[in-house]
Amino acid sequence: MTIGLGDYLAVAAALFTIGVFGIFLNRKNVIVILMSIELILLAVNINFVAFSSYLGDMIGQVFALFVLTVAAAEAAIGLAILVVFFRNRHTIAVEDVNLLKG
Amino acid sequence: MLTAIAFYVFSALLIAAAFMVIAARNPVHSVLFLIMTFFNAAGLFVLLGAEFLAMILVVVYVGAVAVLFLFVVMMLDVDFASLKKGAQQYLLAGLVVGGLLAIELIFVVAYHWSITPHALQAAAAAMPAHVSNTVALGRILYTDYVYYFEVAGLVLLVAMIGAIVLTLRARPGVRRQSVWRQVSRTPDNSMDLVDVEPGQGG
Repeated sequence: MTIGLGDYLAVAAALFTIGVFGIFLNRKNVIVILMSIELILLAVNINFVAFSSYLGDMIGQVFALFVLTVAAAEAAIGLAILVVFFRNRHTIAVEDVNLLKG
Repeated sequence: MLTAIAFYVFSALLIAAAFMVIAARNPVHSVLFLIMTFFNAAGLFVLLGAEFLAMILVVVYVGAVAVLFLFVVMMLDVDFASLKKGAQQYLLAGLVVGGLLAIELIFVVAYHWSITPHALQAAAAAMPAHVSNTVALGRILYTDYVYYFEVAGLVLLVAMIGAIVLTLRARPGVRRQSVWRQVSRTPDNSMDLVDVEPGQGG
């Protein structure tokens, strides 16, 4: 019983689907939406590392490292915007983010 | 055999924890399940032979990002129950979109496919033998990909400055210590000697 590339791809696909589903299920709560985006990026990283391992190519791991960097920056900026928004409006519901609607 | 058992345990826990992230009522529980997800993903990375990325995942995600989420969740005084209230009306749309996506991905992953031998020989940077994963990654990252590495550092710097600029606020009425003013005080400008006649003071 050996674990092939397809098994890792299946896990990553399930994780990706859970992330997309989470965005729909928690449409009001920005914090959980940000966590769902982290899950999606993690699924992408699993794909990169799995292909890197099974094709014997290091580049996949280098790219996964960059994805990790961007994910960390995105989380920091997103949460900072969230804190500022909460300070102004005293809510984090996505529906209330409508200042630009005119 | 042991690798297969480890793979199934890690992936089952990974998917269960990921599901709990989006399903938990309390966002603090969501963050804790997110940490569990990252630990299991790190386990999968170790199984794949990417030890350095596994350690980075634990250090960066569990040590920094998840703790940042935890800080924000606890800092904001939000009524999370009211945010959860209208979730049922999006359940159907979410199930339709998520189900379609899952079916598509299952077709891609489960359908008969194979890696051509050509792809195995065309590796841009083949994994060197007899060298640990960290050394191999560093050899590529600091030579061929050094510019991308610098740009990644720049992205983090911009994110750090942006987060500080966004959240910093100057509150009126805050009394701060001014070391320069304290040190530059002299008896001349802070003391007044008054010669009081007997019986006049008071």
